[in-house]
Amino acid sequence: MAGSGTSDVKLLGAWASPYVVRARIALNLKEVQYEFLEEQFGTKSELLLKSNPIYKKIPVLIHDEKPVCESMIIVQYIDDVWINSGPALMPADAYDRALQRFWTVYVDDKFVPSLFGIMRSPTEEAKAEAKEQALASLQLLEEAFGKISKGKPFFGGDTIGYLDIALGSFLGWMKAFEEMNGFKLLDDTKTPLLCAWADNFCNNEVVGAVIPETAKLVELAKVMQARYKSAPPAN
Amino acid sequence: MVEGEIKLLGTWPSPFAIRVKMVLEQKGLSYEYLEDDLLNKSELLLKHNPIYKKVPVLIHGDRAICESLVILQYIDENWSKTGLPVLPVDPYERAIARFWAIYVDDKLVTSFIGILKATTEEAKAEKIADTHAALELLEGAFKKCSAGKDFFGGDSIGYIDVTLGSCLAWIKAAERISGAQLLDETKVPLLMEWVNLFLATDCAKRTLPDVERVEKYGRYLQVTRWNVVPAK
Repeated sequence: MAGSGTSDVKLLGAWASPYVVRARIALNLKEVQYEFLEEQFGTKSELLLKSNPIYKKIPVLIHDEKPVCESMIIVQYIDDVWINSGPALMPADAYDRALQRFWTVYVDDKFVPSLFGIMRSPTEEAKAEAKEQALASLQLLEEAFGKISKGKPFFGGDTIGYLDIALGSFLGWMKAFEEMNGFKLLDDTKTPLLCAWADNFCNNEVVGAVIPETAKLVELAKVMQARYKSAPPAN
Repeated sequence: MVEGEIKLLGTWPSPFAIRVKMVLEQKGLSYEYLEDDLLNKSELLLKHNPIYKKVPVLIHGDRAICESLVILQYIDENWSKTGLPVLPVDPYERAIARFWAIYVDDKLVTSFIGILKATTEEAKAEKIADTHAALELLEGAFKKCSAGKDFFGGDSIGYIDVTLGSCLAWIKAAERISGAQLLDETKVPLLMEWVNLFLATDCAKRTLPDVERVEKYGRYLQVTRWNVVPAK
C-alpha cells in the first residue's frame, strides 16, 4: 500500500476556504492520511510563508517536505500520485480531460469572482449585477453538465472528479449567500441538473465531512462584510 | 489517440497562439493555421469559442479546445506517443511546471503588457519593476527545473519553455518601445542563456514573429487602443 505515516502529507489551510476544501475532498477521495494545519484568520504562519513565498496563500500541500501550491494543481497532483487509490479524478480520454480543465478555468475566472462579488459589492446595484453574472455563469455550467455528465450523477461520471471538486467546493458559500440575501442561485426550474448534482455532491460522505456548515459561513460573512465597510478606502 | 485534421485558429502576435504552434512543431504534427482578425472575428471562432471569443482555438476533427494551457495539455496527452513529452513525467515536476506556466500568464504577461499600456511615467516604472521581479523569480525557477540542462524541460523544450518562450517577441518589443532593459544579463544570467538557446531552436524560429513587426504593432495599439502618448 502506498504512503506511510500521517507526517508524510500535510495540508495548510483554513476551514472556510473553498480552495482548501478542494484539496481536502481530493485527499479524502483518495483515502490519503494527512495532517491538517489550520491557518488563523488574518495571519500567515512561518510555514505558509516559507512554503508559498510567491502567493502566500492557502491551500499548500506539503508531501515529503515538498510544497505544492494552487488548489487545482494540488488536485491534479493528488490524482497523479495516489493513482491506485480511490477513483480516478480525471477521465481517461484527452478531450474529456480538456473539457474538465476548460470548465474549471471558467469556474475560477468567471463564476467565483461574480459569486464573491455578491458579498463584496458596496452598492445594491453592484450586488444585483454580480448576482446576474453569477446566475448567467451557472446557466452555462448547467448546459455543460448536460453534455459532460452523459446522464450520470457527476461531471466526472459515476464518481466525483476534477470539475465536480472545482465547482462543488463552493456550494457551502453559495448556500450561505442564498440564505443571507433571500434569493436562489441554484433553481429547480432554471438549473435542475445542477440542483440534483449539488444534492448528490453534498450527500457524499467524503464531501459532507469537509464542506463548511452554512450557519458558520453566514456568521463569518457578516464579520467579513463589516470589515469591508469599515476598512479605509483603497488608494 | 484520436485521428483527424488539426486546425489552429490564432493571431500572429498572440503568445497564447504561438505557444500552441510551438508544441505542434515539437510533436511534429501537421496542422492548418487560420489567421483570425480580432476586430472582425470569424464564424469559426465564434462557433467554437462562444464563451470567450478568443484565440487560440484548436479544432481537432469535430472537437474544439480553448484556453492555451488546456490546449497544450490536450496535445501532450492525445499525442502522448508522438515526439517528446511536453509536461514532465514525474508528478511533482508536473505540478511545478503547471505552477510556473500559470505564473507567467498571471504575473509576467500582465506586467510587460502593463508597461505598454501605462499612461504615466510612474505607472510605467511600476510595471517595469514588476516585470523585473517576475523575471527574477523565473530565474530561480529555471535553476531548479533545468537542473543544469539547457531548458526548463531539461534536455528538450517543455511546458514552461513554450509558455515563457512564446512571450519573447513581446518582451523584446516592450524593451524597444519603453527604452527599459527587461532581460538583464546581470540580474537574470541563467535566463539570458536560456533565451539565446531557445531563440536558436527551429521551434522558436518557425513560430515567433519578428520583434520589429511586434514593436510596430505594439506602438499602433498604444496610440489607437490604449491612449498612450508616444514617447519622443
